Amino acid sequence: MKNHVLRPFIVFLGIVALILIARIFLVPKDFGIGERGYMYGWHRHGNEEEWKNQIIKVKYMGKEYCKDCHADKYGSINKTPHRIIPCEDCHGPAGTPEGIVHYDADKRPKLPIDKSRAQCLRCHYPLPYPTSGRSKIRSIDPDKHNPDIECSSCHNPHNPMGGLR
Amino acid sequence: MVPSGEMLAHGELWTVKELFTYPNEFIYWSVQIVMYPFMTGLVAGAFVLSSLYHVFGVQQLKDMARFALVFSFALLFAAPMPIVLHLQFPFRGIEIFMTPHFTSAIAAFGVVFFTYGAIVASELWFLYRKHFVEVSLRLREKQDKTLVEWFQYLIFCSLTLGVYDVSEEALHRDEKAIKILAGVGIPVACFLHGYAGFIFGSVKANALWMTPLMPVIFIMSAVVSGIALCMLTYIIVMEIRRFLAARKRLSGPGRFTSTEEIKGVEVHVIKLTAKYLVLFLVAAISLELLDLIFRGYTALKSWDVVRSVLYDRDFYDIFIMQYVIGNLVPLILFLIPGLTIRRAVVGVMLVLFGVFMMRWNVVIGGQAFSLTFAGYMHYHLPIIPHNWETFKEGLGGALSIFIMPFVLFWVIAKIFPVFAEAKQE
Amino acid sequence: MISRRKFLKNTALGIAGGALSLAAFEIIDPKKLMALEAADGKKIRWVFLVDTYKCVGCGMCVKACKLENEIPYDASVTRTWVERYVLTKDGKVHADTPKGARDGFTTSKIDLGVSEEAAPKDILAKPEENGVHTYEDINPADIDKAFFVPKLCNQCENPPCVQVCPVGATYQAPDGVVLVDRTWCIGCGYCIMGCPYGVRFFHPVYHTAEKCNFCYHRITKPDPQNPKTFMKTACVQACPFGARQIGNIKDPNDPVTKIIMTERVGVLKEEYGTKPQVFYIGLDKEVR
Repeated sequence: MKNHVLRPFIVFLGIVALILIARIFLVPKDFGIGERGYMYGWHRHGNEEEWKNQIIKVKYMGKEYCKDCHADKYGSINKTPHRIIPCEDCHGPAGTPEGIVHYDADKRPKLPIDKSRAQCLRCHYPLPYPTSGRSKIRSIDPDKHNPDIECSSCHNPHNPMGGLR
Repeated sequence: MVPSGEMLAHGELWTVKELFTYPNEFIYWSVQIVMYPFMTGLVAGAFVLSSLYHVFGVQQLKDMARFALVFSFALLFAAPMPIVLHLQFPFRGIEIFMTPHFTSAIAAFGVVFFTYGAIVASELWFLYRKHFVEVSLRLREKQDKTLVEWFQYLIFCSLTLGVYDVSEEALHRDEKAIKILAGVGIPVACFLHGYAGFIFGSVKANALWMTPLMPVIFIMSAVVSGIALCMLTYIIVMEIRRFLAARKRLSGPGRFTSTEEIKGVEVHVIKLTAKYLVLFLVAAISLELLDLIFRGYTALKSWDVVRSVLYDRDFYDIFIMQYVIGNLVPLILFLIPGLTIRRAVVGVMLVLFGVFMMRWNVVIGGQAFSLTFAGYMHYHLPIIPHNWETFKEGLGGALSIFIMPFVLFWVIAKIFPVFAEAKQE
Repeated sequence: MISRRKFLKNTALGIAGGALSLAAFEIIDPKKLMALEAADGKKIRWVFLVDTYKCVGCGMCVKACKLENEIPYDASVTRTWVERYVLTKDGKVHADTPKGARDGFTTSKIDLGVSEEAAPKDILAKPEENGVHTYEDINPADIDKAFFVPKLCNQCENPPCVQVCPVGATYQAPDGVVLVDRTWCIGCGYCIMGCPYGVRFFHPVYHTAEKCNFCYHRITKPDPQNPKTFMKTACVQACPFGARQIGNIKDPNDPVTKIIMTERVGVLKEEYGTKPQVFYIGLDKEVR
């Protein structure tokens, strides 16, 4: 009976068959080779759509978005060097993770205003780097320049040098 | 300061970052990733030892071979455990079989483990088939079986795989099958551990791991560790049996004990196995020294930081713990003529320690320097666990996995009895 | 004359064998391409441009990225970060990236991290006391040059992180962005080890591999303020100085494409063969 020697091999094949059958149920139908081939494109195709639309909602809307309702602020800051700063950098994103944008006043409160000295020091802390764009920004020594009050007490961020010097 | 609770990045808890490192760099591959190649190395080494008898017919290794094969099987079940404990989603581990991405060395795990397991299981089946048939036939005769005996009957019946032919011819075919399997199994066992070496050696992003020598170094030291562990466990088990047999003789003079039981460990078996151990140990050391010399000679961009890790920060771990205590001292112990069992025990324990330190120095050492080549990371092994994570990725998890094969061996040995007179029940 | 039993047995075996081999081939069927063929018809390959002359290290990009992409603000990990390099006259390079520059650089002292001597003996007992950072003062007169280098995922053309994923959880989309499927990632960390640039990490909440994906949910939508073009990534939009720009290399009229094609640009760690698609203006040799 030459069969008995092959018996373990048959058991092995049976287990392989079970795995292949399990694959039919456990592997998502859209899993396969994408446009980038097997090495770089082996994935579940549906995930691309999930990233585009489901997993994360757009929150930062950009400066032009704020212009419609806040034309005055938009206009005034545009006359100053701070025009390059997008509103949301200091005011936080207009949207929330749930996808609610700022003008749904009943669902979302006013955007916060970060008035801490740390916020202004991001750009205005004195860093002595002549080879970087940093050196073109006017800076103050935070330990000497009115160290215990908010910057916005004297400087309106939308008109930072207005009425001063 | 390090954030707490949910804000903690994985690995942040046990990593100290020094000088200039990227923000996302932490020791992600911790002690469990050290354990994994260690365990697969033991698997491969035990199998190679077993095959030395079956394929090359080294007669004195007959007992050791049987023992090594069963132990390799027990180790095989323990070997994937480090990965299971390391994965952030252990239950998704089945995806290795569902959607394997074979451009990744880790994907080979599914195929290699499975094939290797099939070979060892098949070889064990052929080796113990006669025993299964005898026990199941005996239990079938018995009219009133206890519950335990019912379980035994079911297990042994199914283990016969429906084949009850134990004629001379059938057994002779079994022998041939064993020989073929043992022969085929050697490259598969080497692949089982070689691919683990490839996992590291192919990571071009890591300056310490990236070398074509890595798979070969891993295989050589794997065989060393496998032989050492089998020697150690064999010595311990044989001595325990001798001790128990001596106690039995004292309690009742009428009880016969076999020579197998009372003789304990045979020195000539140990001496011969030790010779193979030394052979592979020399190969492993040579390759590692070669890698070290090449790095220093070619002095690539990473050499400055790698040198400071190898020769400054990790000097003690690498040169004292691994090379001297783990390699040089046991080499001397085995080369001194007139090897005794006691000296062999010390030697194999040091060898096992050395192999573990090699895995440690590769895995942890590779993460000791930053990708910037201008910073360092220190690994603090979690010793006292505070939660599940610090247990499974700490000393607790590592020790549990190290103990597991011994427990499994004890269980499996009840089905695959390792010692002669146990079979004669 | 074949017996009925044998015939049935052989047929059953034949069908089973055929079905199984076909099932096996499904894994490697090259014709199972996704019906994706550039869904919007346009050929797109995203590339990024960083101007290190313009970057001032304000860190607004890092903050915007964290808030837009819901990476926990207090976590040490971040999808993008800014590095500071100060090169002194003695030839030494002093570099740091405190919290990835999430709060900007508000000190001229270089953050040297935690030295092993300063680390508490049992950092696991009190992780919040994980050592005290040491800082290095630099005399401004000693500075040869100093600059800031923003970093993010290079969305490489030959991504080593995708190559090493064992289960196909991370992949490259046809437009070049490398994405991670959070429902499929097993958390082995091989992709994190495989990235030479250190851009990958485990998400502290989802525990899957995570990295910058060029705000894929933004760039694949038209900009509501300017529908002829795509929405910019959060970091590009947040940067007041225009140090960061994103573009489509396949569009010859794209301003980013024009700069890459006509000006001198560099890439990071070219020797790894990853073909990174983030280009740097003013990339110094000392940048890591």
